[in-house]
Amino acid sequence: MKPKEPLQFYSEPLPDVDPSELTGTLIVIEGPDAVGRTTQINLLRQWLEREGHAVLHSGMARSALAGKGIQEAKKGNTLGPVTMTLFYLTDFADRLENEIVPALRAGFVVLIDRYIYSIMARAIARGEDRLWIEQVSGFALVPHAVYYLRAEAHELVRRVVLGRGAFDYWESGMDMRFGSDMHQSFVRYQTKLVRAMDRMAKQYDFTVVGASRPSEVIFRELKDHIAGLQLGKAREIVSHRRAARSR
Amino acid sequence: MSIAAYLGILIRASTKLHFIRGMPRALDQHSAVARHRSLDLLTFSESSKVIIVASPMRSPYPLLQNRYAGELIVVEGIDGSGKSTQLSLLSQWLRAQGYAVAFSEWNSSPLVRATTRRGKRREMFTPTTFSLIHATDFADRMESYILPLVKAGAVVCADRYAYTAFGRDVARGVSRRWVRNLYRFALRPDLRFYFRVPLDVAIERILSGRTALKYYEAGMDLGLSRNIEESFRIFQGRILDEYEAMIDEVGFRVIDATGSIEEQQREMRETVMEVLGAHLKTGVLKSPAGDSHEAERASAVL
Repeated sequence: MKPKEPLQFYSEPLPDVDPSELTGTLIVIEGPDAVGRTTQINLLRQWLEREGHAVLHSGMARSALAGKGIQEAKKGNTLGPVTMTLFYLTDFADRLENEIVPALRAGFVVLIDRYIYSIMARAIARGEDRLWIEQVSGFALVPHAVYYLRAEAHELVRRVVLGRGAFDYWESGMDMRFGSDMHQSFVRYQTKLVRAMDRMAKQYDFTVVGASRPSEVIFRELKDHIAGLQLGKAREIVSHRRAARSR
Repeated sequence: MSIAAYLGILIRASTKLHFIRGMPRALDQHSAVARHRSLDLLTFSESSKVIIVASPMRSPYPLLQNRYAGELIVVEGIDGSGKSTQLSLLSQWLRAQGYAVAFSEWNSSPLVRATTRRGKRREMFTPTTFSLIHATDFADRMESYILPLVKAGAVVCADRYAYTAFGRDVARGVSRRWVRNLYRFALRPDLRFYFRVPLDVAIERILSGRTALKYYEAGMDLGLSRNIEESFRIFQGRILDEYEAMIDEVGFRVIDATGSIEEQQREMRETVMEVLGAHLKTGVLKSPAGDSHEAERASAVL
């Protein structure tokens, strides 16, 4: 087995971060709204912890700095597309610098529910410049693996209606009024997102996982992939540190 | 200052590689330079010799051209340069002539303000998040205020613009290229004033006029010095260097901010008439009769 590749930044290294110190594993779960990401992340987390790994789970709009501000901004009716993109990127940067990087330094397995790709896809779906958003997001670390849970828009409609029973304003892209009602706007917006994400899947080397299958089957597939990522090394480092501390 | 030294500064400025320290004081003696710096060609005369330095550096990420009915005027400069006073006098003068004038201040978006305040109060910012939250604030003002008003034909006056981030964020260690790309969604202002002031003068104005320096304003997050005034001085010096180095790239109209308030205001108004005069008559929204009270107040300044 070849040794795990050290982490790298896309194009814009963060000041004060030495990637060679980041001994943990960075795993990203991507995919559209209602595709079942949360279910998979919970299953993966339990499994990884049972296996003895230290796991950090981080998701969008949960930063100490900007999480609350984003929730507030989404309640109103004035949040523009560029502002939204940059607000989410601020939130991401805060989590990257204050949660993700420290956890990677300590050898954690870091599970991320949506990374810069979702922010980029939303920006592109709203007509923002692709190169602009790619370069602005360049301070992100290249993950060890990105699992893209993929489903077509009509499948997402089925899941939303059967599950939650109602369309969400932002998930339907209603800020851009892609259609005359929530359903039409949802289908058009989610179709744009799937298209943007499909393109990124090639560009950024995602592992595409068909999401229109039972969650146990998807979980098994993810588990098999992740088992091949050499997580053991990270665990060793953590246990060395623990041993050092107890001595 | 010798010509060779000055050219050295220019070359360094145009390649954006190095910092320049103490520039403004030296240049104040050469007001001819200051006046012509915003032209594409820069003329410098000393002991009857004329040297022309052509083709200033172009930004790798030019801002969007203003193709709308309105105008966008911005002022830049370090804290204590007096730019806010000048912009408010200018906007009063424009309003007095009946023009639709709107005002936008740095860091004032109602959507983003609470987050910025939270980050500052708890000292949560890194250079990257500090840069991003200010860009978010700017984006909100651009999308819901500045752009619609310029489209509608107003004269929008902005106290600080993207160039503040080009100076401040880079002084914090953020990459020049990255921050320029970050603001690429911004409308390119029709007039960009830079209020040039020596560091000592600006610092004297700030320290004598106000009670306490703030943590981020003084760059205390960078660990430059444990003394807040010393940190402020070093940090503002870095920002000044960045401003000086971007003059040609941005196409700043340089105003000597050590001059009297009246002198500076006269120069600003002249420049506005020279550059925007024709367009002010045709494209910009104007009420048939200006506010006479405002007109009196505005003319009283000069």
